[in-house]
Order: sequence, then C-alpha cells, then structure tokens
Amino acid sequence: MYKIIAKKEIADNTTQYEVEAPDVARKAKPGQFVVIRTDEKGERIPLTIADLNKEKGTVTMVVLSVGKTTKKLAALNEGDCILDIAGPLGNPAEIIDNGTVVCIGGGLGIAPIYPIARELKARGNRVISIIGARSASLLFWEDRLRAVSDELHIVTDDGSKGRKGFAVHPLMELINGGVKVDRVIIVGSAIMMKVTSEATRPHHIKTIVSLNPIMVDGTGMCGSCRVTVGGKTKFTCVDGPEFDGHQVDFDELMSRLKTYASEEKQALETYTHQIEGVPLCLSSSPTK
Amino acid sequence: MPKFIPDKVDRRKRIPMREQEAGARAKNFDEVSLGYSEEEAKNEARRCMKCETPMCMEGCPVGVDIPKFVKEIAEGKFDEAGKTLKDKNNLPAICGRVCPQESQCEKMCILGMKWKPLAIGRLERFAADHEKEISKADIKLNGKKVAIVGSGPAGLTAAADLARMGYGVTIFEALHKPGGVLVYGIPEFRLPKAIVEREVDYVKSLGVEVRLNQIVGKTVDVDDLFEQGYAAIFIGSGAGLPSFMRIPGENLNGVYSANEFLTRVNLMRAFRFPEYDTPVKRGKNVAVVGGGNVAMDSARTAKRLGAEHVYLIYRRGEEEMPARREELEHAKEEGIEFKLLMNPTKIIGDEQRQVKAIECVCMELGEADESGRRSPVCKDGSETTLDVDTVIIAIGTSPNPMIAKTTPGLKTGKHGVLEVDGYSFMTSREGVFAGGDIVSGAATVISAMGQAKEAAKAIDEFIKNKSG
Repeated sequence: MYKIIAKKEIADNTTQYEVEAPDVARKAKPGQFVVIRTDEKGERIPLTIADLNKEKGTVTMVVLSVGKTTKKLAALNEGDCILDIAGPLGNPAEIIDNGTVVCIGGGLGIAPIYPIARELKARGNRVISIIGARSASLLFWEDRLRAVSDELHIVTDDGSKGRKGFAVHPLMELINGGVKVDRVIIVGSAIMMKVTSEATRPHHIKTIVSLNPIMVDGTGMCGSCRVTVGGKTKFTCVDGPEFDGHQVDFDELMSRLKTYASEEKQALETYTHQIEGVPLCLSSSPTK
Repeated sequence: MPKFIPDKVDRRKRIPMREQEAGARAKNFDEVSLGYSEEEAKNEARRCMKCETPMCMEGCPVGVDIPKFVKEIAEGKFDEAGKTLKDKNNLPAICGRVCPQESQCEKMCILGMKWKPLAIGRLERFAADHEKEISKADIKLNGKKVAIVGSGPAGLTAAADLARMGYGVTIFEALHKPGGVLVYGIPEFRLPKAIVEREVDYVKSLGVEVRLNQIVGKTVDVDDLFEQGYAAIFIGSGAGLPSFMRIPGENLNGVYSANEFLTRVNLMRAFRFPEYDTPVKRGKNVAVVGGGNVAMDSARTAKRLGAEHVYLIYRRGEEEMPARREELEHAKEEGIEFKLLMNPTKIIGDEQRQVKAIECVCMELGEADESGRRSPVCKDGSETTLDVDTVIIAIGTSPNPMIAKTTPGLKTGKHGVLEVDGYSFMTSREGVFAGGDIVSGAATVISAMGQAKEAAKAIDEFIKNKSG
C-alpha cells in the first residue's frame, strides 16, 4: 500500500499526487515511470514520475482524469492508499552536458518534461522550455519550468494564455532565428510529438520523444506497448520510453492507443453510473 | 521380478476423472477437471503394483515417494499422503494439475506396459486438495538470509526448501500477485487461482516473506541485495519475454502475444470486464499460432471469451506438438480447429489497422532437426488465408534480459539464458544461483521445480562452506 501524502488540483481535471513509495524514490531518475493499480479490481496503468523526494521517500505524479482508472484515482484523498506502485520502470532520460536543449511539454506532458529540464539545467545546458495546452485552464507548473529554464515560451491553442498556436511555432522561430539547438526533447500527445518531430527533421536536429502507449506489466513481459522505431519493433517499457522522434511510426502508435476505445467508454459509463447514478443510456462522457 | 500377492483388485481399468462436459465448459472459466472422490481415489490407488523397485520415482524430477503416498491413499490415510507429497514437493496441488505425467512418472509405471498406467497425477491432485489444513513444519532458524527473485514455480520451491533448512527467505516479485506463470500464464480452468493462493500460503507459513512490486534490476538490484545482508541470491525469474514471428502485420490492432492475452485474462481478470477494469478483445474468429501448452491455453481461453471459430495454426503435425496430451484432447473436444502443417506468412489489416485475415503457407515435414523432430519445409505456392479478427502468437518465450543487463558479471548464453554450473546452479557471479526457465529456456513447471531443489541444496552448501 502506497499512501498519498499530498493531493492538489493544479489545472482542469488535472491532479498532482505525492505518494510514499520509498523503494521507487531511491532509484528513480528523470524520464522513468511507474505502473500503478488503484484497487483489487483495477487495471495497471503507467504514469510518468514528475518529481521525487529521496529524503521523504516520495514520488509525484500528475494525472489527467479522463477514464475510469484516473477517475478512481481522483476519488482518493490525502491519507488514502494506492494499492500497487511498481517502478521505477523504463530507461532514464538521456541527459547531455553543456549543450542547448529545447524541452517541449504539451498538456499533461508538462509534468514529465520538468524533471528532465531540471536535470539538463543542472548539467550545464542552456535550457529553452516550451509548454503548451489547449487552453490556459489546462496549463500548470509554469513557475517550476521557469525556475529551471533559461527561456520559457507558453502557447495555447486558443490563445487564452501566452501566444496562440502550437509548440512547434516558437520552436521553428528559434531554429530559423539562428539558435544553435543541439537537441529537442518532446513529451506530449502522439500527434503533437509527430508534428513537432517533423519540424526538426529537415534541420537534422536530434529529437527525442517520450512515448506513452498502452501497457500492462511494464517490465517487458506482454508486448502491449510495442512500437515500430526505424522499421524495428521495440517495447516502449524496456527499450524506451525515449526514442528518436524521426524514427517512430506515430501513425501505428496512434492507432494502437485506440485499441480499447470502446471498452474504455463502456468502463467509464458503468463507473459513472455506479458513483453518480447517471443512467447508462444518458451518460456520454468522452473517453479521451 | 517383483513379488506379487493376488489381492482381487481389477487393475485393467484406470478410474476416469470426472470433468465438466465439453459444451458447457467451453463457455465458462471454471476448472475443467473435477478431481476424484475419496472412493475413486482409493480404488485408483489400489491399482498400484507395489513394485519392489518402483520406476515411477525415477520419472519424478523432484523425487516424490510415489509408492508411499499412493499406499496411504489406498488405506484412506489422506492427510498422511499429503504430508508425504509435501516432503519433496512444495506445490503438489499445482503439479497434480499441470505436470506432463505421461512423459514422467506415469511413463515409467509398469501397469502401462499392458493397460493404462496408474493415474499418479490425479492421485497427487486428490491428496493435495484433500489436505484440510496447512501442515506445519518444525523449523529452527539459522540466522542467515537468502533472497529469491521471482515467485513462480522455481522461486517458490527454492524458497520453501531453504526456509525448511532454517534460512530467512525473502522473495522479490515484480508483479502485484505472487505465483509468476502460475497466475499470469496458466488459465483458471486448468489451474484455479485459489489453488495457487493456497500453495503460496503454505510457502509463507514456512516463514517466507513475499515482497510484491519489486522489480529486481529496477527497484532493487543484485548488489543492493548483497548489501542488505543476503548471503546468497537465487534467480528464478523465468522466461517472460514473448517471441514474435517477425512477419508483416504483427503490430496491427488485434494481434497479441500469448503472454499479453493470457495476462489480461488470468492475472487481470479481463474475462470479468467491466467488473474488473482491464479489457481484452473478444475476437469472433481467432487464430492462435503455436503448438505448445501456451497455445492450447490461449485457444481455449479465446473460445471461452465467446469466439465462434478458434484456429490453432501449427507448422508441424499433431504428433510433434509439445503440448500435454490431455490439453490437446480437451482443446479438440471444446471445438478448437487445428490447422496443422501451416505457417503464417503475414497478417493483413483493414484501413483502421485492425486485423482482418492471416495468410499462411502449407508445410511438409523434412529431415529431423537437432531436437529430433522433423523440421517443416514450405510448399511453394500453397498460400491460403483465414479470415480472423484476432491473432495470438504463442510460439515461445525467452528470459527477460532485465536482470542480466543490470547485474555486472552475469554470463548469458543462447536466447539470453543465464549460464550456470551444471552441478551447483551457481551463475558466473559468486553467491548468485539460478534455476528454472531463466536457465533452461521455456520448459515445464516441474523441471523448474527440480532445478530449484538442486539449487537450494547447493545454496545451503555454499553458505555453510563460506561461514566455515
């Protein structure tokens, strides 16, 4: 059992959990993730580690409540326990020294990009961060990112905060403006990572993406998270989650992410019906 | 010649074990075999010839005193039979269900020369199930600690044997439930999870601590374990890495590794979705590729999830299938359609990247290969396609490389198995032992247990020698 010691809503539907998991905290590095299970009937889902405190033995995760499992998680309060947390899983983010790195966090991806940016900064890099979301109400951790970045750009799809547009726009301006970028690291939705990786391809800038496909065990046992990278099948959980953005087959990834769309919808509807008494025929909550 | 005193027992006929009827069981996940009643067990046990030199024991990888426990059953001393089993086999209720008895103990039984051999597996299952309470062992702790990696058949066996020798044993399990392949791999209808839980409880009753969610190589590594004061480490992490065929279309939606399909259903209880949160695709027409027990398990599971057609595609003939005979027969009875001497060449998807068909070529058997089985050869121009919406690849697994990758000094061999000394089961790292599928590649529950028993003895010797 892993106790939630702090819980805070930091954006619309977006909650930050600090959980006691000393075994995980002892070993975790930026870029790694955990697999959690909320309760005996729960599924195993991967969550990226967004921060950790080795002295306190805690890890922090940021979760967007969209499906049954994340809503179950949101129903837990400080002092409650998560049944299982296993990790740290995946390879740590590759951190270079003394370069110029653009860190891009889109939506929920703002959380995992933070510890990577912090580590890059500590290792003497010039860190330029770009964070973006659909709208201002979905943005978070601006202060945290500002504190570890030499430059911070904010974009929203609707222009409600920062500039209107997508993360790729300030990135293109930086590149076209002559900034010598050694590396771009992107964490966000599959489509955002695809589009943004395409933008750096003609400039031959090494571009790393961190993938978040469907997983079960997270230890290389099931192959649910397989993805094609450079024409070869890789398991995201053990070979990733970071891959070369110019080599990833994003269309395959996006299609695989939709594998259980109808089941996810069904699970959420049944759950909403159970806790809120919403008749099954009336609930039409989006699943993603 | 064994002395034989006439005792008016009809030895010709083996007592059948009651089963759920095929049509009914193909729709539920309850256990297929129902076990012997007391009367049936006694009658079957009486068939034993009481050989002076019992060959059956030669066939048992863990050396169970078969004549003794069979005699105890015949005499109605069921609890004693249970104790006799536990003396050598820590997991008898499991072995009675999943061991390939036909190629081990029962193969050696002298009754089998003329009639059917004694049903040793069924009797083992009866005695183990019949034990009313967990038998307590008398243990004196010796103050030394041993760490076990993995709580599957090898890990549980090594843990139990070492605990009985007096060691303080801790098992590190990566998943959220103990049992390894017994819980994620073998389906409920063949090995009920309540039985596994009972056997695990027995191992715990010997003082073994099971720590869950501990991925050795990630959460904790081998060096950490030595630092924490463990005098030796036994790695029994199995062969958990699924093999794929490397044919086009394998990453389409609807293609599963058997490991994923079975894990979703067995460990995560997807057959009870949405009561349980983990989903699994319930295919209408399912192709399973492979001819081993895992392929049978996958096919029969798909059938139980409601598939209309389940095709089992295997590149050799039925004779060559490595599956247990009973599983093969059960699969056929349940309506699994065998597509023998066929090999998939590609999986075809629709515009949504969802599987819609599998293309296969016909094979014929050529010369025998190094395993002694005739190797299949493609027949040119024999391509056919089967319309399916789900494909399950059950062509084998290899060891997960995680521990080897994170442990300096561990030597690996072909397919990533750990290299061990043939006698002591010690790896290339002093104090680190290994056994089961991580050493032999994917094999059986009982062979893993046999190796673990040997390794446990070697660990005891190693620690005693070291501490003088």
